Amino acid sequence: MSVKIKHFPGEEIETKDFREGKVLFESFRSKARYAWSAGIAVSRFLEELKNGRILASTCSKCGRIMVPPRIYCEKCFKPTDGWTYVKDTGIINTFSVSFIAADASRLKEPVVVAVIELDDASPGMGIVHWLGEYGDWREIKIGMRVQAVWKPPEERTGAITDIKYFKPLKE
Amino acid sequence: MDMFGKKRVAIVGAGVTLFRRNLKETGKELAYHAAKMALEQAGMELRDIQSVVMGSAPDAFDGVHMKGEYLADGAGAYHKPYMRVFVGGGTGVFAPIAGWWHVASGQFDTCLVVCEEKMSSCYPHPQYAFTTIFDPILERPIGMNLIWIFALEMNRYMHKHNIKKEDIALVSVKNKRNALDNPIAQLGANITVEDVLNSEIMAWPVQRLDVSPTSDGAAAVVLVSEDVAKEVTDNPIWIDGVGWCIDSTHWTNRDLYYPDYVEYAARMAYKMAGIKNPPKEIDVAEPYDPFDYKELHHMEGLLLCKKGEAPKLTKEGVTQRDGDLPICPSGGLLGCGNPIAAAGLMKVCEIFWQLRGEAGKRQVPGDPRTGLAQAWGDLMQYGSVIVLRR
Ligand SMILES: [Zn+2]
Repeated sequence: MSVKIKHFPGEEIETKDFREGKVLFESFRSKARYAWSAGIAVSRFLEELKNGRILASTCSKCGRIMVPPRIYCEKCFKPTDGWTYVKDTGIINTFSVSFIAADASRLKEPVVVAVIELDDASPGMGIVHWLGEYGDWREIKIGMRVQAVWKPPEERTGAITDIKYFKPLKE
Repeated sequence: MDMFGKKRVAIVGAGVTLFRRNLKETGKELAYHAAKMALEQAGMELRDIQSVVMGSAPDAFDGVHMKGEYLADGAGAYHKPYMRVFVGGGTGVFAPIAGWWHVASGQFDTCLVVCEEKMSSCYPHPQYAFTTIFDPILERPIGMNLIWIFALEMNRYMHKHNIKKEDIALVSVKNKRNALDNPIAQLGANITVEDVLNSEIMAWPVQRLDVSPTSDGAAAVVLVSEDVAKEVTDNPIWIDGVGWCIDSTHWTNRDLYYPDYVEYAARMAYKMAGIKNPPKEIDVAEPYDPFDYKELHHMEGLLLCKKGEAPKLTKEGVTQRDGDLPICPSGGLLGCGNPIAAAGLMKVCEIFWQLRGEAGKRQVPGDPRTGLAQAWGDLMQYGSVIVLRR
């Protein structure tokens, strides 16, 4: 990229090389398995999801009501000192409409994910989740009010997916 | 405490390989080519180098864990003090900052900094390798992918300032056109705003031509102390400011419309470089542009303009190569390709060449004296900034 440099190294593999089978493939699938700890705060959060409630933690120093909850306030760097429930309603802080899956393959029907700012949590405190029952995705707007749609109690497992999705509220 | 280091540090050589979707070379071979070019431009040999810094982004891309160790010999680290730095997409600018510490501290007089990325090994697409960066309990069950979250950020940015997609598309048009003059570039092209708006929707509002491609490539720079710089070159480029900052990983708890952490990193670098009025004092900049909106987002975070004003400057042509504030004259990631860590260091190389007047067809007019490169990474939370001066 400097005028003093005349040659830039690198040999390209062209698409036809792939087509003609000139490319050697080695595949590998990791057998590593994991059992993650949900931790002190998120374990309580997940337990409460089973009850159809959204748990937040609070910091008396900065006054924040935090979702997802944590046992320490990262701003004040002190233990959080309270727990409270927040509503399962809120507003769409931002959203995206994905036509590609996690592996970048194409989807026929788009998936809508959104950051939901929950009512009663501190302003801007959101969680990420799917949107559902939204009709035409072009009608979705930032600032729209939404509410959680829960799985029936007997199907809940203490996972973020105990909330099926958030749906727009008719007002 | 002296945060500015004991010694002044100069860049005296730079090298970049081709950026391509698939290169035959291995990561080690690419690292070697870039390192060798940088040494040659510096007029130095590996035996003149006292320490080596390597930068590469997620191991999962090429399926080689602890890639720093794996790449070491290609990066010239044989029997030398060596470290890998790794802050996702921020790596390409953080690696020369780490090299700066090595020399500014007085510990070494010379340091070779090499960044490499080989994304094509993850077949057919490295996107899936990204799923493991999300919180395993609360985010991965949603099946997150990286394009989604950037779309969330882009949408929030557009909403907050009422920005139209066509104004953002102008960045892609500009950078791909700039890349036509760059011999390493993968995606130089003359495209129009309509091409961007008509390209396939990936995750609304992100479309195909809003995004930089995945690539293979490597870049390198040679850093030296002032004493050595005087011996080896008549035109050293000085590292006058460095800054870096990380935000909380609770990304759903922040307002994504503005990158505070980039501002904090920029303020740190500007303070060190004595820069009080960035838009006036910076002659050429290479903010990180893996997406077109990111160039705008980052111009604002870098205080090169007011919040929400970057699209207007782009529309007015201020950010063109011959504008008042040339942005990404290299063609950026949108035009050159995005071998992640290498792409960030490529920006540092571009500023180095711009300030030396060696950028050829890409040379910005007006005899630039002060330039800036910036990179961004991790879970949308990390900023690294470097200020260079002639
Ligand atoms: Zn607090």
